[in-house]
Amino acid sequence: MYDGPRFLTAGDRAVVIEYGDSIDEATSLRVRRLAAALSLRHESGIIEIVSTYRSLMVHYDPLRLPRAHVDAIVLDAEQHLADVTLPPSRVFDIPTVYGGRYGPDLEDVAAWAGIAADEVVALHCGREYLVYMMGFMAGFPYLGGLSPRIAMPRLPSPRTKVPTGSVGIAQEQTGIYPTETPGGWRLIGWTPVRIFDAANDPPVLFEAGDYIRFVPATSEQTQAIARQIAAGTWTPTVRHRE
Amino acid sequence: MRTIEVLEGGFFTTVQDLGRDQYQRFGVAVSGAMDSFALRAANRLVGNADTAAGLEVTMLGPEVRFAQAARVAVTGADLGACVDGRPIQTWRTVAVRAGSVLSFSGQRDGMRAYLAVDGGIDVPVVLGSRSTSTRTGLGGFDGRPLRAGDTLPLGEQPPGKGALRRAMRTSAIPSYGHSHHVRVVLGPQDEAFSEEGQLTFLTAEYTMTPQSDRIGCRFDGPRVAHRTNADIVSDGTTLGIVQVSGDGMPIVLMADRGTTGGYTKIATVISADVWRLAQAAPGDRVRFGAVDLDQACARLLEMEAVLDALVTPERARPAGPVEDVYDEDAGSELAADGFGELADALEQTGLGRDQ
Repeated sequence: MYDGPRFLTAGDRAVVIEYGDSIDEATSLRVRRLAAALSLRHESGIIEIVSTYRSLMVHYDPLRLPRAHVDAIVLDAEQHLADVTLPPSRVFDIPTVYGGRYGPDLEDVAAWAGIAADEVVALHCGREYLVYMMGFMAGFPYLGGLSPRIAMPRLPSPRTKVPTGSVGIAQEQTGIYPTETPGGWRLIGWTPVRIFDAANDPPVLFEAGDYIRFVPATSEQTQAIARQIAAGTWTPTVRHRE
Repeated sequence: MRTIEVLEGGFFTTVQDLGRDQYQRFGVAVSGAMDSFALRAANRLVGNADTAAGLEVTMLGPEVRFAQAARVAVTGADLGACVDGRPIQTWRTVAVRAGSVLSFSGQRDGMRAYLAVDGGIDVPVVLGSRSTSTRTGLGGFDGRPLRAGDTLPLGEQPPGKGALRRAMRTSAIPSYGHSHHVRVVLGPQDEAFSEEGQLTFLTAEYTMTPQSDRIGCRFDGPRVAHRTNADIVSDGTTLGIVQVSGDGMPIVLMADRGTTGGYTKIATVISADVWRLAQAAPGDRVRFGAVDLDQACARLLEMEAVLDALVTPERARPAGPVEDVYDEDAGSELAADGFGELADALEQTGLGRDQ
């Protein structure tokens, strides 16, 4: 993490406020604090604030708010970060069926790691993952903190179709594919939980700053949940984290 | 309900407005018109709000039939717009009758034309916008390009003068050609490039490749050298941002870009020049030149002034149904009198403003 924020120009209607160049929770926390502090101000010329691993992109309307004012607003908010109370992080339980046709790369990951498939599953579901940011595609959560023991690189050649709900890993990250797309992450499981639905507002279950825990489930259990989701009778278990 | 019927979809015709810019933090692409200047101009020509949805027509136009009389405007690329087989002027208000067919005879200049209809294309608003995002199948008409048999709903005709008649100043109508000068502001990661790499980017000529689309404009040309490497921890993207991956070729991210990306970004195209790339075709030559933020904002203000002037020169006729006012001879009369020049003259004298 840098000592202070770096302001990087991204054209005439966006500015990047960067806190570091690595993926770590302390940097992410500072990013989310500043995002919260800026959101609270409701500046009319600020269009949207997008948090990423280590920076915020502030999209602004230069016809309403000159860049110098944006910088001043950010610096002022920066002075008061200590006053910002982030809401307690939510932890979402995501029922996941591992291996077989649901996770076609599980055995390869096990072989790469030199452990049994069960151990891969235990390592994957044994911790809570921070949602650092969303990007790549609508609703795709970048989850950091995957065990280095199973941090296998991406596929050399991406699949042309990754099914909706696939749970993948890539280096020390894991994620869930919100809709069908081409993709290069190693697929180890599948969840019936709809993490993106354009009919909802907000369209995603969780936001940057929340945590996700993968909970192993059988094929039958996930199919039953899928039916309940279709009927609108299922909601994920959500807890608050201290 | 007023509607338009799609007889032919064209090469790639989508419903677009100014985009879905409140959902980037959820990873949702902004989408929207590639050339928002042209779409906004078209909307103003027919009396719509800037945010109304129109059709973005790429290279080969669709054929659409109007079930009811309407005011329309075609702006952007010259793709040979015709009504009932007769060429119409672009960048001006045109009246079409019930049953008229609007078509495009072929690409002459530019890549993307915009068709605005009074009332706007009234497809459902999805996450705050009517824009089509074909990658996610979101918004627009079923989240996809138009095809024969689609029926597009139109909104209520905007209130106001029945005889709305507007035209862009001739001098303000862009011509696109095949050689483009695009201004950029350096950053956010210009420091990741060697001085030589930056100089290459700002002096060399690049050729747009056929892999260019609504996600990004890709280029061939001299390699832009990094200091060390091309990868960074993913951060945000914005319209016109220029990423350079390990192969050293610049890619300008456009309307359907991902909201985040993990490549170094050397510069960002200024807002007032994004349309130049939206209208560039594969094979066209592009040069990038650096300006500072003040200059970028000055160019943006100039562009806004052109759009604002568009609303002012307006000749009102006695109010009446659209079809009474606009008929075939009205078109030819205006074609003959060079409405653009007239508007210019009126603008300069301060006449021709709203009564």
